[in-house]
Amino acid sequence: MKLAADLGRRWRGAAARRASPAQRSLGLAALALGALALGACEADEPLTLRMWAMGREGEEVAELVAQFERAHPGVRVRVQQLPWSAAHEKLLTAFVGETLPDVAQLGNTWLSELEALGALEPLDAALERSQVVDARDYFPGIWATNVVGGATVGIPWYVDTRLLFYRRDLLAAAGYAEVPTTWETWRESLVAVARRAGPAQFAVFLPVNEFEQLLTLALSEPEPLLRDGGRWGNFRSASFGRALTYYLDLFRRQLAPVASETQLANVWDELGRGTFAFMIHGPWSIGELRRRLPAAQQGAWATAPMPGPRGPGAGIAGGSSLVLFRTGGGARRARLGWQLIEHLSTPAAQRRFFQLTGNLPPRRASWNDGALAADPAVAAFRSQLERARQAPAVPQWERIMQELRLSSERAVHQVRPSTTDAELAQIVADTCAELDERVDELLRKRRWMLARQEAR
Amino acid sequence: MSRSRAPYLLVGPALTALTVFFVLPVVAAFVLSFTDFDIYGVADLGNVRFVGLSNYSRLLQEPLFGKALANTALFVFVGAPLSLAASLGAALLLHARVARWQAVFRTALFAPVVTTVVAVAVIWRYVLHTRYGFLNYALGVLGIEPVDWLGDPRWAMPAIILFAVWKNFGTNMVILLAGLQAIPEDQYEAARLDGAGALAQFRHITLPALAPTLLMVTLMTMVGYFQLFAEPYVMTRGGPVQSTTSILYFMFEEGFKWWNLGFASAVAFVLFAILAAGAALQLALARRWSQP
Repeated sequence: MKLAADLGRRWRGAAARRASPAQRSLGLAALALGALALGACEADEPLTLRMWAMGREGEEVAELVAQFERAHPGVRVRVQQLPWSAAHEKLLTAFVGETLPDVAQLGNTWLSELEALGALEPLDAALERSQVVDARDYFPGIWATNVVGGATVGIPWYVDTRLLFYRRDLLAAAGYAEVPTTWETWRESLVAVARRAGPAQFAVFLPVNEFEQLLTLALSEPEPLLRDGGRWGNFRSASFGRALTYYLDLFRRQLAPVASETQLANVWDELGRGTFAFMIHGPWSIGELRRRLPAAQQGAWATAPMPGPRGPGAGIAGGSSLVLFRTGGGARRARLGWQLIEHLSTPAAQRRFFQLTGNLPPRRASWNDGALAADPAVAAFRSQLERARQAPAVPQWERIMQELRLSSERAVHQVRPSTTDAELAQIVADTCAELDERVDELLRKRRWMLARQEAR
Repeated sequence: MSRSRAPYLLVGPALTALTVFFVLPVVAAFVLSFTDFDIYGVADLGNVRFVGLSNYSRLLQEPLFGKALANTALFVFVGAPLSLAASLGAALLLHARVARWQAVFRTALFAPVVTTVVAVAVIWRYVLHTRYGFLNYALGVLGIEPVDWLGDPRWAMPAIILFAVWKNFGTNMVILLAGLQAIPEDQYEAARLDGAGALAQFRHITLPALAPTLLMVTLMTMVGYFQLFAEPYVMTRGGPVQSTTSILYFMFEEGFKWWNLGFASAVAFVLFAILAAGAALQLALARRWSQP
């Protein structure tokens, strides 16, 4: 008997997934209607939601999902864990094979790509009625990454930005009680730290195989990185030029070593050893530093918001969002999927999630009490997150960032201590021109798509 | 059933499978290589345009493709001879009359071949670890400074070559061993009576008798090594600074990371052309060599 019921349920699930495109495009707006029409008889029928989550989050979300299951008898949530390294391929393959789950975690730089595929359910209608998710409570830069072409397609789940981790003792010994807030004064402090550093010790670590450090600097400058609605690269702007010049100058003055992250065993131990006094890193480093550095050194490190060209700087608006896929699974499925997203978005759930994973919550309400409010190391993140600035939302963004990384790495290798200001300006000009050329090429298809859309 | 139809019926299933799973995809990929099929094309086929040869011309201007080509060439022209030398050496040792425990050694030397690349690559990553790896420990005993095998752009490819040679030499060793065992013992006896030393015997009897086997093995090894992918995928992800990005890895990234399937198909056909040209050249050389 039980087996038969089980098989029946499975068959219905499969049939529902084979829905026509017309059915698929039913928006959340139809949800309320659907709920009324289907009535109570369907409401307690057992149903299994599928959710995909990446890496550590996929493990730790189980506890929060169990709460949801208790609150919704008859509903089971099957969480599948994807490794980050394979997640992007798997998502696109699942899209082609029509096996996307109901709910998923997505890196917020992937939203515009999946939106371009038409895989994401717009959430605005559900959002309007929601008692739980309040857009105004979210950090604005983070929320903005979830709005693609005017539609909200994701709800931020946790945030990720980069800021300064530094050795308070080394900075104090160099005569600074606090991290300066402007680029100019920060560089002065780096020079002071470097003067006291031993051989093979540096003021700051900017791994040449990562783009996040340079991007963080570039976002603090006013002009956008792409122009004309994400049609062309804008790396030849004066803004980006200033950021790149500042970045390269740190290498020219030998304040930063020309090294990649893979050349170190790990950055946390090296910060403890004083190989460098500053690094630009993400929230997970808090946990790593607490775990790895000896107790005697725990007071020696701290975090600080990024300095900017004129006062506190902006940050990357990174992190993951929760999305609802257009699986054509019917109104009830979509409604329950949305309720699962709501459940994971309550301040209580976000605080618990922070305890479980160390991931920072995107809502201000979640920061107001508990461990987050009391933790001095995360306080800097809160102020940095208020200034987080969204990168251009184009599907090609990840590829563009890879080009940025390669170009800047080449430029770093061209800079010598003997490089004059004029030569540095030339390196910057050449790098930016080449970068724009490559980015324009990457965006060629997008321009054609946009032109065609407008013509219609 | 008529007699003339029978053979078609018999080969039918195999031909159908070959057509569906091989011929059609190849033809589709060839057509794809003249389009700009990308992520937008995945969404809607109406977003795909025919672009003629522009994928191919872009490919030739792409600096990373040149780099991938150079990396692959380094892997093939250093790795394949090394691998062949190791196979031949091991086969000769195993074949030597003084060798004992032949079956044990043969199994031990062949073992790496039957292990999965991914599992073994993970273990090799430990062996190659800069600080805690066995290799650097062994070098340290000899007084050699530790090498950042997988992190230094100059050493990553040599490390991959080392791994691939260790992983693959067993197959060729077994084939060459079979070739050695097929050489009649009386030829060696005659040579010894004529006063030929070990080296002369190797040069004038073993090598000529082994030539056809060696040629086949060389061809297969070269073709196989051109398709370098799993090792960098697991061990270095094509890095550092793209020093281990092979043609196939480049194609994989273009196709399945960035979903430029049209462009990636063009890479596949360029790789195919290179392999075909290489094989033809090798066969021509072999023909000249075997006709005095």
